[in-house]
Amino acid sequence: MSVSLDLATIWAFIIAFAVFVYIVMDGFDLGLGILFPLFPAKADRDVIMNSVAPVWDGNETWLVLGGGGMMAAFPLAYAVLMPALYTPVITMLLGLVFRGVAFEFRWRTRRERNLWDIAFAGGSLLAALAQGVALGAILQGVHVEGRHYGGGWWDWLTPFSILTGVALVIGYALLGATWLVMKTEGDLRERAYHLSWMFLIAMLGAIGLVSIVTPFLHVQYTQRWFSWPNVILTAPVPIAVAGISALLLRSLARKYDYQPFLLSLTLFGLSYAGLGISMYPYIVPQSITIWQAASPENSQSFMLFGVAVLIPLILGYTAWAYWVFRGKVNATSGFH
Amino acid sequence: MFEGLDAILLARAQFAFTMSFHIIFPSFSIGLASYLAVLEALWLWTGREVFISLFNYWLKIFAVAFGMGVVSGIVMSYQFGTNWSAFADKTGPIIGPMMAYEVLTAFFLEAGFLGVMLFGLKRVGARLHFLATLMVATGTLISTFWILSANSWMQTPAGYAINAEGQFVAANWLEVIFNPSFPYRLVHMVLAAYLTTALVVGAVGAYHLLRDRQLAGPRMMFSMAMWMVSLVAPIQILAGDQHGLNTLKHQPAKVMAMEGHYQSHPNGAPLILLGLPDQAEAKVRYAIEVPKMSSLILKHSPNAPLAGLDTVPRNDWPPVPITFWSFRVMVGLGCLILGLGLLSLWLRWRGELYQSRLFHGIAMAMGPAGFIAVLAGWVTTETGRQPFTVFGLLRTVESVSPLAAPAVASSLIAFVIAYFVLFIAGVIYILRLMAVPPHPSEQGPRSDVPVRAAGITPAAGVAVEGAGV
Ligand code: HDD
Ligand code: HEM
Ligand code: HEM
Repeated sequence: MSVSLDLATIWAFIIAFAVFVYIVMDGFDLGLGILFPLFPAKADRDVIMNSVAPVWDGNETWLVLGGGGMMAAFPLAYAVLMPALYTPVITMLLGLVFRGVAFEFRWRTRRERNLWDIAFAGGSLLAALAQGVALGAILQGVHVEGRHYGGGWWDWLTPFSILTGVALVIGYALLGATWLVMKTEGDLRERAYHLSWMFLIAMLGAIGLVSIVTPFLHVQYTQRWFSWPNVILTAPVPIAVAGISALLLRSLARKYDYQPFLLSLTLFGLSYAGLGISMYPYIVPQSITIWQAASPENSQSFMLFGVAVLIPLILGYTAWAYWVFRGKVNATSGFH
Repeated sequence: MFEGLDAILLARAQFAFTMSFHIIFPSFSIGLASYLAVLEALWLWTGREVFISLFNYWLKIFAVAFGMGVVSGIVMSYQFGTNWSAFADKTGPIIGPMMAYEVLTAFFLEAGFLGVMLFGLKRVGARLHFLATLMVATGTLISTFWILSANSWMQTPAGYAINAEGQFVAANWLEVIFNPSFPYRLVHMVLAAYLTTALVVGAVGAYHLLRDRQLAGPRMMFSMAMWMVSLVAPIQILAGDQHGLNTLKHQPAKVMAMEGHYQSHPNGAPLILLGLPDQAEAKVRYAIEVPKMSSLILKHSPNAPLAGLDTVPRNDWPPVPITFWSFRVMVGLGCLILGLGLLSLWLRWRGELYQSRLFHGIAMAMGPAGFIAVLAGWVTTETGRQPFTVFGLLRTVESVSPLAAPAVASSLIAFVIAYFVLFIAGVIYILRLMAVPPHPSEQGPRSDVPVRAAGITPAAGVAVEGAGV
């Protein structure tokens, strides 16, 4: 498994980076929605909402970069994958629509606030589930004919894609819970610790299950992970997962503030790296490589210029916005 | 249930529906973001209470509209892949980078500073907060720049080549971005957004003046809005005229459809004011015409010959009745808006701007006119480009995803239901915010959450930096 540094590879890393930043940022954000039903009191919900209200739009913009960037850098992959994932993608979009408007709508009505709380929780859950299902559907491979998707509109639905869907919901819930540990105080924080424990255990189980099943989907995955000398490269991943999990358990036991969230993110990073190892260099597993899907060089280099200049800038002012709203959120101080 | 409807028709309906829903919010938030920047600048400059209370008042409305713009926009960016995958494959190397630049230069800027703009005044002080407002306003304009460049390239493609896989690739990026119709479309759309916002602000001001003519906030917003309408409306009509001449040069079939010219007119074409275009018979029934006027407008000479759709192969015709009618709705509203502006100037000159109940009623009635004109304008533009997605080069039927009709039909139904619920709720919440007049100690978004600090004044924010403004 050698990686040569050509334009298509650079772009594969950029898109992978955008998607990862999206998973990290919108992950905890969707996770809060998933946890919403477990916090029925209005005061708690206000705090939870306010802890992300200033940043949720920026978090979701990474999804737009992932999709738009893919259309730009790998149009063929975008053109094949989107129809293949038609139902999960549309479901995700509808979920995001409902949870997105809830950020403002729930403050504008007293009578229907519960309805928008349901929209926020349901939309978040649906979006997370759909993203996980889409991931599983990509991993198991799609049917390609020429330059088109050649399968039916229910091909994505398999036990494996359901498994990855549920796994992602659990993972996002863990991110949400540890985010709350970091951003809240008092009773709310206590309950967030408790939930972090539960979702961590569930997440480890899910990682285990997905890792056991994935190598059996295709020979390529098996060879990638278990054949000599690849093992030297791949073995550190599960070892690191074990190590990080131990640290995470310890930080929860000792009630640290920031560590649980940061370690959960690391856990996500490792799982993501594992995915990358399985897929590379395919962008549509088993059928289209990043080089086959790449758009012409002058499109990729035109954008590379913008990415090189703008992404650091974006990361800079995004960090500033997080800094402005740093610290604990509670019912009386808020941001307001 | 859907046997009769093919997947293409459903995909087009879905794109048209979701796009029309989306554009309603940008046309308002582009203008409102700029208006908010102006209000905050005036507050920093003069320190007058009325400007910050208007700012906070419109900020709450902005938050709701902007959120709806964002979520409906995310849907749009994925629809190219889900419903128009062949289009995405073929034009991705050109449209894709433009949308990527839109995300990098505009969406992140808007989103990154939106939180500070909405909730951060007390955290960062007045100066930095103003910077955030400016960044959001700039972001909306940059976004307009890129997406209109992409859309204009589809109308008047330039600077491209076609590679072995049948994809459009850029031969010259500057020619791609600044394609022939782009400058016209950009100017026309930005002015449209400003007009739309001015009409809404004016209508809200008029509503409160009808109740109480002495309120400072409503007087200020009404006056500002009417200045904007009187100034922008004539420029918009001029810009529209130039836009039309440009279209005549690059997309003559579209202009034939807008004008209802099925037949060629070798010596002077009439301007058809109203009529019923009949696509099958290729003529306009019950036409009310002004002789030679169309040649005068389009060619600046009453007897200039003007070609009609009879010079275009029949399978390249746009759907004339839609293009024809939507164009008339837009132009008709443009004239009414101009009339509103002129009337306001007359009343202002007579010193009756805040007195005339009739005029306030008219201004209220014109509140939604901008939205309708924007929608009509886009329908003209987009249906006039048919049957192509990339004008003259890529047909709509060759652009669509290989999907079964039931898949597209169910997602269309889901979008229709979801968007109607959201639209009704959103409009009700916005109208509710508009129904109360701005008051002197107006709070920003989340006013129902307990607040510790007292209202902030620009003097306090500025004092930190030492010098006054
Ligand atoms: C004339 C301007 C204009 C036009 C024609 C469009 N948009 Fe838009 N869009 C905006 C002006 C805008 C904006 C002003 O930047 C928005 C609107 C309101 C808002 O909240 O930001 C926005 C939001 C917005 C977002 C959310 C950005 C975020 O995450 O913050 C996306 C993904 C899109 N749009 C995508 C599209 C696509 C794919 C379009 C065409 C098919 C499109 N827009 C047409
Ligand atoms: C913002 C306002 C816009 C509105 C209201 C709008 C509206 C419409 C409508 C009504 C159609 C259907 C035409 C028909 O089928 O007869 C259409 C088609 C289309 N538009 Fe737009 N559009 C807008 C902007 C854009 C932009 C910015 C792009 C691309 C960058 C775009 C891309 C397309 C494409 C690919 C089609 C072809 C699919 C179809 O025929 O439905 N549109 N649009
Ligand atoms: C009365 C004078 C007006 C004239 C002569 C005029 C002319 C035009 C023309 C010729 C087009 C189609 C261009 C093309 O696709 O090639 C167009 C599109 C459009 N118009 Fe107008 N217009 C007028 C008023 C307005 C007003 C008042 C608004 C909104 C407030 C508006 C909003 C739009 C929009 C949003 C589009 C679609 C985007 C574009 O192509 O620029 N127009 N207009």
